[in-house]
Amino acid sequence: MNKIALIIKREYLSRVRKRSFIIMSILGPLLFAGLMIMPAILASIEDKEVKKIAVIDKTTIFTSYAVSPPKSVIPETEYMKFINLNNADLDSLRENFDNTGYYAVLYIPENIFNSERAILYSNKQPSLDVSSHIENELEREMENMKLVAHDIDNLEEILRNIETSIHVSNIKWTREGKEKKSNTGLVMGIGYASGLMIYMFIFIYGSMVMRGVIEEKTSRIVEIIVSSVKPFQLMMGKIIGVGMVGLTQFLIWVIFTGVLVAGTSAFMGPGMQGQENAVTQTAGNELFSERIETPAPVQEMADDKQFLYDIIGSFESIEPFRILIAFIFFFLFGYLMYGSLFAIIGSAVDNETETQQFMLPVTLPLVLGIILMANVMNNPDGPLAFWFSMFPLTSPVIMMVRIPFEVPLWEVLLSAGLLIFTILGSVWMAGKIYRTGILMYGKKVNYKELWKWLKYNN
Amino acid sequence: MHLLNVKEVVKDFQNHRALNKVSMDVPTGSIFGLLGPNGAGKTTLIRIINQITAPDSGEILFNGKKLTRNHIFRIGYLPEERGLYKKMKVGEQTLYLAQLKGMSHAEARKKLRSWFEKFEIDSWWNKRVEELSKGMQQKVQFIITVLHEPELLIFDEPFSGFDPINVNLLKHEIFRLKDKGATIIFSTHNMASVEELCDHICLINKSETLLSGKVSDIRSQFSTNLIQVGFEGDPKHLRSHLNKRFEIQEINENRISTAMIKLPEGCRPNELITELSYLTEIHSFNEVIPGMNDIFIRAVESASGKKTGYE
Repeated sequence: MNKIALIIKREYLSRVRKRSFIIMSILGPLLFAGLMIMPAILASIEDKEVKKIAVIDKTTIFTSYAVSPPKSVIPETEYMKFINLNNADLDSLRENFDNTGYYAVLYIPENIFNSERAILYSNKQPSLDVSSHIENELEREMENMKLVAHDIDNLEEILRNIETSIHVSNIKWTREGKEKKSNTGLVMGIGYASGLMIYMFIFIYGSMVMRGVIEEKTSRIVEIIVSSVKPFQLMMGKIIGVGMVGLTQFLIWVIFTGVLVAGTSAFMGPGMQGQENAVTQTAGNELFSERIETPAPVQEMADDKQFLYDIIGSFESIEPFRILIAFIFFFLFGYLMYGSLFAIIGSAVDNETETQQFMLPVTLPLVLGIILMANVMNNPDGPLAFWFSMFPLTSPVIMMVRIPFEVPLWEVLLSAGLLIFTILGSVWMAGKIYRTGILMYGKKVNYKELWKWLKYNN
Repeated sequence: MHLLNVKEVVKDFQNHRALNKVSMDVPTGSIFGLLGPNGAGKTTLIRIINQITAPDSGEILFNGKKLTRNHIFRIGYLPEERGLYKKMKVGEQTLYLAQLKGMSHAEARKKLRSWFEKFEIDSWWNKRVEELSKGMQQKVQFIITVLHEPELLIFDEPFSGFDPINVNLLKHEIFRLKDKGATIIFSTHNMASVEELCDHICLINKSETLLSGKVSDIRSQFSTNLIQVGFEGDPKHLRSHLNKRFEIQEINENRISTAMIKLPEGCRPNELITELSYLTEIHSFNEVIPGMNDIFIRAVESASGKKTGYE
């Protein structure tokens, strides 16, 4: 068998069989799925508690006396009940609040039309759901009353007619003249997630290469191995083997997360919509979180469905397959470049504590990529985004952030080309320094020393 | 016939010359001692032979042909700084290293099994290396070095870390490998084992060859012409009569006394016997042959211009 293949096999198997790899493979997707599903689950758990809210309506106009006992005009929801206590004394309520079992007391003062203020008393911070529900309903009620005061004919009919709800669907015109649905929030979410993942993977697996090199040095097996294979073969075998571990981990995560999310969604059944909301909200869709407050429940359902179609439509427009391909490319090649730099560090030191002085220049551009991410997402076609997605040390992260926003093909190709070109250089350099470094013990190495090794012609 | 010829090899590092026109010829089938003080350049030379580094000038012939990458499979190397992957299992690891030396999986497995049986370490196959003692690990390393039956074996301090029983086991194996036709380069500071094992040596000092050749030739070359005589008789009598021609270095008086007598240049031992036979009763008569240890120290010290206690 080819020697480099043998080395790759050992590097790969020795890591994939490790307990930590198996644990990470299981925990990773659970974590991701959790991040997606948890908000929905948490929200649904929280809402299960029925909140009784006492209403003291000093104006009495927000109280419907048509029923007995009189009811507040604020509509109840599944988890919010409003109990009319117009005659109750606020002070005595306050004294006995703990015993009454009320979640809160809504006090509507007589001058509400002038002050536009109502007060919600409670002994803890009332949830956002409750206060926004009350605010919206009171607003609507007051607006209606003001309208009624204008004495317009057919008011109700007019109101029904003018009730409007707008959702802006983004449709992109592609070069081919087709229309594509898009969703800024989703695109940003995917860009952010892919950039972060690339950063994480390069960092985790790059330093894994470094530790592997140090391990071979400190265990002194390296001289035995390089008497059979060229140092360059050993280095490349390690870098490729570890890279394949990273790729395996990534694919396990993708598949496992997919299965988990799909499985949980199916299990949750009708609650699905809530989850989808949560998913899109975590993807940063602010538009939608405003829309969630639309009053009419039936209308909301319809909107949700429409919105889901939009999401699915725009997800298709982002072309997940294209993103996956780009991700794998930029991960592998970004990793190859950083992996070779990490291999240099590993070969230059005797133990991990000595790596510090060399780590900074390698990690700096990676961290810079993360810092620039927000900027790039706000203006994915700007000069900052362009140049940093060309610069090979930051391009894997920055280009991955840009790709969901549809980058012109030539830019992607140019960035990829520059990256590959740099890799040739960094791997060549790593090979030269590595073969000297791995046999060097007990020497304090500095950059000058590395430069000398680079020029050796052994 | 030489298996390996090293011809005027030069290797420079940034601040110093590690090897300065070093030459040596390793006869096929010999056990060849590569000696020298620390930092003399032995490890550099060994690494060059193993093609871990390349010489700046000079050439190396393997079986009369220029040393190339393919010869790697015909060399077995046990470095002084040696170790194993600590977390890897012994069997898996030896298989891996054997395959790197060009053996097939099946062949490596078969041979490993028989070596493990021979060293009585079968039970280690599924153990992690970190569970083994240092001596145990070295047994494994030895097996890895010889497993692919190389024509040339290079051992750098092979006995360090072994207990005397295992040293004997190893020596036995080294002789057996020699009998099977292997050529062995043996780098060590342990001069006793050089005397015991080596038939040729090369002594490197400060990047240059100091001595090179057959052990027996070198020892007679360093002969001090000292004779140890055991005798019965009056030492004063001996002293007064011999002092004209011979230099008596010391006499230990006893029932049978011993005297160290130096032969003058060109004088044969028989002449001393003739003289002695008139004077005393001779019980024993031995030429004092210098040990490798003495030769090593004398050669190195005289090369660095120091006065030695022997001259």
